[in-house]
Amino acid sequence: MIRIAGLTRRQWAALALVLGLAVAFLLPMVVTDYRSFQFTLVIIYAIALMGLNLLTGYNGQISIGHGAFYAIGAYTAAIMMDRWEIAYYWTLPAAGVVCLVSGFLFGLPALRLEGLYLALATFALAVATPQILKYFDSWTGGVQGIVLFKPDPPFGLPLSQDQWLYYFSLAIALVMFWAAWNLIHSRIGRAIVAIRDHPIAAQTMGINAPLYKSMTFGVSALYTGVAGALGAIVVQFVAPDSFSVFLSISFLVGAVVGGLASFTGAIYGGLFVVFIPNISEEISQAAPWAIYGAFLLVFMYVMPSGIAGFLRRIGAWIARRNAS
Amino acid sequence: MMRMIGRHSAAIFVAAALSAGSAAAANYGPGVTDTEIKLGSTNPFSGPASAYGTIAKAASAYFDKVNAEQGGVNGRKIDFIMRDDGYSPPKTVEQARKLVEQDQVLAMFQNLGTPTNTAIVKYLNAKKVPHLFVATGASKWDQPDKYPWTTGWQPSYQTEAKVYAKYILENLPNAKIGILYQNDDYGKDYLEGFHEGLGDKAKDLIVAEVSYEVTDPTVDSQIISLKDSGADVFFNVTTPKFAAQAIRKAYDIGWHPTQFLNNVSTSKAAVIDPAGVEKAKGIISSYYLKDPTDPQWNDDPAVQAYREFMAQYYPDGDPADLFNIYGYAVAQLMVEVIRKCGDDLTRENLMKQALSVDHFEIATLLPGISVTTGPDDHAALEQLQLQQFDGKEWVLFGDIVGTE
Repeated sequence: MIRIAGLTRRQWAALALVLGLAVAFLLPMVVTDYRSFQFTLVIIYAIALMGLNLLTGYNGQISIGHGAFYAIGAYTAAIMMDRWEIAYYWTLPAAGVVCLVSGFLFGLPALRLEGLYLALATFALAVATPQILKYFDSWTGGVQGIVLFKPDPPFGLPLSQDQWLYYFSLAIALVMFWAAWNLIHSRIGRAIVAIRDHPIAAQTMGINAPLYKSMTFGVSALYTGVAGALGAIVVQFVAPDSFSVFLSISFLVGAVVGGLASFTGAIYGGLFVVFIPNISEEISQAAPWAIYGAFLLVFMYVMPSGIAGFLRRIGAWIARRNAS
Repeated sequence: MMRMIGRHSAAIFVAAALSAGSAAAANYGPGVTDTEIKLGSTNPFSGPASAYGTIAKAASAYFDKVNAEQGGVNGRKIDFIMRDDGYSPPKTVEQARKLVEQDQVLAMFQNLGTPTNTAIVKYLNAKKVPHLFVATGASKWDQPDKYPWTTGWQPSYQTEAKVYAKYILENLPNAKIGILYQNDDYGKDYLEGFHEGLGDKAKDLIVAEVSYEVTDPTVDSQIISLKDSGADVFFNVTTPKFAAQAIRKAYDIGWHPTQFLNNVSTSKAAVIDPAGVEKAKGIISSYYLKDPTDPQWNDDPAVQAYREFMAQYYPDGDPADLFNIYGYAVAQLMVEVIRKCGDDLTRENLMKQALSVDHFEIATLLPGISVTTGPDDHAALEQLQLQQFDGKEWVLFGDIVGTE
């Protein structure tokens, strides 16, 4: 067993997890409400990216349309809160179920398509969503969108609204990451990965590839939908302009830059999606997206397997040096 | 016992000192020092609506001019922080919070867009941050009870529609009106204002209302059905591409009603020329700014001053772009409001001064139009002047109309 500084790799991973959780837990105590709000967005995007990761990272299917599921989740939450005055926390399971079903149904026909063709089919979803939302304006509020109230912390907890929403999102994220971890490390998870690595061999082994693919699509949409519902609650507003094609592309960028087929990758991806555009704007007001592009190129060149893959390689390198 | 009293009085002394300190500094809100005032704004500098981004840039250039030539306002330079939201409401929320909580601006100024401002209006009002002169034509910003910290700038779509309604009631009392409108907020705002302006007469005078979706390729079929309705007055509530189509189609199928065109689409280059100048002859519209491309203002000192300003402080901007003269005008109002505050630069006083503007004239507004606000009047501009296209250019006619 290779040890680094007396700890095995597994122990190091456990230590990192504990430290990460401690940092995540203490963060809102030491930063401003505005930063808490930003980190809440990071958590929300991390959940959405985890969903995309299940599909793209583990199952090998590309989607440029996950912004649509994010929008469906967000509108489910917004309509429930605004029309039926249902408490915000109940909107999350509902958004998850709605997206699971719509993802599965979209997946059934679309998944007969492979690779780039599937990517284009999902792209159609991303392009169509903002306009479809405008058509059903008696429900969605049309271009006006729906304005929501920000929830107060329950039980008289001495937290600001932003701090509370941070912890609420963090708790949801932990549950969902834990569930995804169990899914991937189960029989079903192995089937999902097998379809990515060797579709023909997987089918030969008796795996029902179309069913598994549709199901993965549905679960992936569920994650993104729950993230969308959280996003609506935190931003307190939904409108068709919030869910442009660019959102879907940001998700794909975040998933790839963070690291595909990796749990920590989703978190790094969330950090990238929230902070890199802001940093770019600080560097150049005139051409922020050129700076963003430069960041993207550097990340892709230096870390071709994403931030998570890069960190894993550094870990392996340290382990090798220790071993020799 | 003695020690306890000593401690107590020390605490009282500290508290007294703190409150005295805050009383002395109470004249300054966040973002203000003896030499600087910070204002913030969210705008689309990227994305589909980035053409509007130039408004804030022109306003910023005007602040540069005031800072350079007059040393700022009452000795304080204006630091105008613009942040890009790409016209995406969630991003607007993030950027607005950054401006308020991190950059610590005194106030928001000229945030652009209806959905984007809708996303932050509650937040800013809850935080009691002045949300001044928003760049949108929606009428919902003038709601003093609901949004006490928000004020509009341009005449709202409803105000404009009422101007046409009034004109029709006075001059075409037996009109049969057909309306074409875009099926969204903007179109419905016009429709609502128009109905309100016609009052009881609305149901007698309006014979047809047809809508189109912004995604439709043409409005040809709508124009045909309007013609078939027998309408002899046409109220055209469309964005530039559709406005040109509607004008051309009506003429081509031999329908020649009296036409009213919303001022979203009065651009000669984008609407009238593509439609055909002879087909647009006689159309009535309205405006409130001097159009820098209109030859009648060529020798106007205000428009000349504007051109010089553009050349010196915003050389990248196009002086012919109406959005630039828009930004130039609204920045002058902001400077006036700050000037009126004197050295009492709290958020409360800024809001008070923004809501007590009395007939403030801006040289690039049409003659006779001025800005007036009040505690119950959160709309800066509510006046327009009618204009008619004579086959070559827009000719202003009649009095200034609208409330103050």
